[in-house]
Amino acid sequence: MNRELVKRIVLPLLVLVVIIQVWSGIAHVVEDFPTPSDTYVAAFGGVDAEGDDIVGVLSDPFYVENVDDKGLFWQIMESLKRVFGGFALALIVGVPLGLLIGMSKNAQYAFDPFIQIFKPVSPLAWLPLLLFIFQDINLTAISTIFITSIWPIIINTALGVRSVNEDYMNVAKVLQFTPMEKVVQIILPVAVPFIFTGMRLSLGIAWLVIVAAEMLTGGIGIGFWIWDEYNNLAYHNIIIGIIIVGLVGFILDVAMGKIADYFDYTKKGRS
Amino acid sequence: MSQFLSLKNVEKRFPIPGKDDYIAVTDVNLEIKKNEIISIIGHSGCGKSTLLNMISGLDLQTEGSIVLNEKEITGPGPERAVVFQNHSLLPWLSVYENIEMAVKKVMPKLNSAELRERVEKYVSMVNLDHAKDKMPGEISGGMKQRVGIARALSINPEVLLMDEPFGALDSLTRANLQEHLMRIQQSVENTVIIITHDIDEAVLLSDKVVMMTNGPEATIGEILEVNLERPRKRVELQHDEEYIRCREAILSFLYEKFAKEDE
Ligand SMILES: Nc1ncnc2c1ncn2[C@@H]1O[C@H](COP(=O)(O)OP(=O)(O)OP(=O)(O)O)[C@@H](O)[C@H]1O
Ligand SMILES: [Mg+2]
Repeated sequence: MNRELVKRIVLPLLVLVVIIQVWSGIAHVVEDFPTPSDTYVAAFGGVDAEGDDIVGVLSDPFYVENVDDKGLFWQIMESLKRVFGGFALALIVGVPLGLLIGMSKNAQYAFDPFIQIFKPVSPLAWLPLLLFIFQDINLTAISTIFITSIWPIIINTALGVRSVNEDYMNVAKVLQFTPMEKVVQIILPVAVPFIFTGMRLSLGIAWLVIVAAEMLTGGIGIGFWIWDEYNNLAYHNIIIGIIIVGLVGFILDVAMGKIADYFDYTKKGRS
Repeated sequence: MSQFLSLKNVEKRFPIPGKDDYIAVTDVNLEIKKNEIISIIGHSGCGKSTLLNMISGLDLQTEGSIVLNEKEITGPGPERAVVFQNHSLLPWLSVYENIEMAVKKVMPKLNSAELRERVEKYVSMVNLDHAKDKMPGEISGGMKQRVGIARALSINPEVLLMDEPFGALDSLTRANLQEHLMRIQQSVENTVIIITHDIDEAVLLSDKVVMMTNGPEATIGEILEVNLERPRKRVELQHDEEYIRCREAILSFLYEKFAKEDE
């Protein structure tokens, strides 16, 4: 157990060393590419290679200069707001639609072709169309997230409904459950873990999409911040941005996973 | 006592796409009295489950009629409780909640004290008081099957239908559950129809053993009366003449008259 823990800490550190080596190699070859130490200084502040004193972007993530110039924390919050807006919409529309498609063969026949066609469409393809419709950064980002993250929710909800064991339905029939009782007492408990799997995938997609969406729409948000740093030739900040996007995505996924486990009867003992 | 549950000329055809219908069972006539324990025995695939599903109303016959208490059966209902082969407890509900769910639905007028009393009575009946707050995933197969039986009995059915209720269990657990069932049946008194593959189980448990011929177009071949006193003790029965006669009658039916060639 203890050895296991040591391995879990030491082995990733070894990989980190390799990554930093490769990164340094790239920085050596590519002109103007920030070295790991430059990037560290840019993030946390200190003295850079030229001997200049630098204030790190992470040393004050909470500053507010004006509407368009805010600390990284606010950039991330802005992105998260859009992500959760689109995600919530996807949930509100996707779950009932998934239940319907799972329960009715006719609904499945009706919707399935469109799900299959729209599911693989990249958010980048939707963006211009939605931007044209809404002419508004927030609405465009939210609707792009909605339309690209709704599919796993629909598909997994329907899958959950279809995975209801016929024996359970027979129990319901013998007890003469009404259709509503069947949904609430049999179908939903079976489907909920599937719905959460869908939500987890969906939230992952939403976080992927927001960065791309904000790059194209501009304004404020972590995606736009990264693009802005590119335009400012502050390449080290791009790397910092990438790491932050990764960390936030990871935290979202873990949190969603925890919530999903909580509602999954197969992973729960008696409370 | 007049007939209580009667099957007249019952037939079940399954449509097979592109082919003639498959006639699983045909011309089944059976009269069952109140409080009788009937077992149905026959080779695999002869249509035992098909027959039971028609009595439970989960599937309907294509020909003939099934009448319970002078009412034609047209669908499932709580007066015909079913114990399924794979227990089919709802895995997100505890033992207690599984039974409670059934009682609540069938007896909506009970107040909460009466409800709890009733659920606990049936939990105790199958000796599961210690496990009542466990989830189905946390208890053994035999215990699950006992919960299944308790749930079926808790709604006070007139007929208890069991499709190979102990089929998936080892022989010791099986014997144990047979004892449970006999003991409960003595106190509850309802009609039981039980499908089994096991000759000893059929003789031990039932008043009548219904033997089915092989499919397709299976029907009832013989009905054997088991004239043994209750309570029955399995060890003593091993040397009982009536027990031995019944065993031999079933053996001869299954392995001489209607032996299955293949398989
Ligand atoms: N839905 C169905 N469609 C077509 N044929 C069916 C259907 N259900 C059952 N059958 C056929 O009817 C026959 C009887 O099936 P049934 O399940 O009643 O047998 P059984 O006696 O219960 O067998 P076992 O002892 O193996 O459980 C079988 O040949 C089976 O293939
Ligand atoms: Mg069967």
